[in-house]
Amino acid sequence: MNYHWNWRIFWEAAPDGTGTYLDTLVSGLLWTLATALTAWIMALALGLVIGTVRTLPNKWLARLANAYVEVFRNVPLLVQMFLWYFVAPEVLPQAAGDWIKSLPNASFVTAVLCLGFFTSSRVAVQVSTGIAALPRGQKMAGTALGLTLGQTYRYVLLPMAARVILPPLTSEFLNIIKNSSVALTIGVVELTASARAIQEFSFQVFEAFTAATLIYVVVNIGVVYLMHRLEKKVAIPGFIVAGAASGGH
Amino acid sequence: MLGNFDFDVIARSWGYLFQTGMLFTLKLTALAMVGGIGVGTMLALMRLSSNRAISLFATSYVNLVRAVPLVLVIFWFYFLVPYIAAWIIGSPTPVQVGAFSSALITFIMFEAAYYCEIMRSGIQSIPRGQVWAGRALGMNYWQTMAHVVLPQAFRNMIPVLLTQTIVLFQDVSLVYVLSIPDFVGAAGKVAQRDGRLVEMYSFVAVVYFVLCYGLSFLVHRLQRRVAIIR
Repeated sequence: MNYHWNWRIFWEAAPDGTGTYLDTLVSGLLWTLATALTAWIMALALGLVIGTVRTLPNKWLARLANAYVEVFRNVPLLVQMFLWYFVAPEVLPQAAGDWIKSLPNASFVTAVLCLGFFTSSRVAVQVSTGIAALPRGQKMAGTALGLTLGQTYRYVLLPMAARVILPPLTSEFLNIIKNSSVALTIGVVELTASARAIQEFSFQVFEAFTAATLIYVVVNIGVVYLMHRLEKKVAIPGFIVAGAASGGH
Repeated sequence: MLGNFDFDVIARSWGYLFQTGMLFTLKLTALAMVGGIGVGTMLALMRLSSNRAISLFATSYVNLVRAVPLVLVIFWFYFLVPYIAAWIIGSPTPVQVGAFSSALITFIMFEAAYYCEIMRSGIQSIPRGQVWAGRALGMNYWQTMAHVVLPQAFRNMIPVLLTQTIVLFQDVSLVYVLSIPDFVGAAGKVAQRDGRLVEMYSFVAVVYFVLCYGLSFLVHRLQRRVAIIR
């Protein structure tokens, strides 16, 4: 074992001229968070709509929403990244394709779109599981009170479901942070990519990866802590959706 | 545009894509599943152990691995395995480990953390009375586990274990970051060589979709058949 440890590497200047290697890591973390958070907002909005549609009485709409979920669940994230980055601009009309390619942050925008759609399908599953887990009587009570279907969803089912599915949503949020590392394949220099860059420039492999790992763990613990507090605040006594064993990470 | 979609490039590279790429992906998936379930079950037993040190070790390992993205874990093991191998055989310099073995070790150790959680809930779903009954019959810990608890836990969890394996099958595509020709890597090479990115990546997506959708459909049917009637 003749690995040469050098923990002071993080205070040395990085060759890209933007500061020290520590700055490289911080910039990586910021890109990770920016990608994950933007995509998360998109995933929540889309997932809420698709997940709700999955539970509607209209068979065809529900089938359409199911198809949406299956498409995004059954293709690896890496392949979806490539589809958005390499294939979508070519398949779209010429003008739109050129516009996407000339965006200043094309890989960031693509990564957000890709992660947003990918995660929205997983959020949708949680949303429809949450709605299905509510007692049937709630929907019936809404109808009996003279609420329309839309009103029943708006005032009865969705507010309940939103609070019930918070724990599984927490793990989806942790997943999107981790999945944002796949964006390095299309050139987003997020946390994993910056650790890799440090390794390539300085050959201090294990210091760089240890630092990145620690940052991921700290972010993870932070999210779990905050969500746990939120969960406690909004928990409805007596309603627990057992973490739907959907696999994945 | 789709008008000049070149199907011929797929036909031309068919053999390479499936005999090299898909074979690598399938081999890695199968071996990592077997190894991952093995190591995962051991980790689950360790997590549930009454020995605090053992349980703490397994819990920390599982939580650590689950907090870190797979891409980073792939990089970790890619650089770490040569050093570990050198340490095991007492070599003064890092040992060259083939791409396949390196990837296999990575996926076994990574997926073990996820399989562990599945097996743990499987073991916990078995009533405690069965363990006591086993002990009362004079069986020791390992006999109770091997003959009473694990067979039932395993059977209960088969659908979830297989679903995780489909996820593993998709995850294997990430060895792309090490430029290993798995199915996606092989398609990527052809795509770059012939300048046919649209065709190759669309084809890869379709193949994955058909395989994963088909497999999860089968798992769903299996789920109804293996349920133990109580």
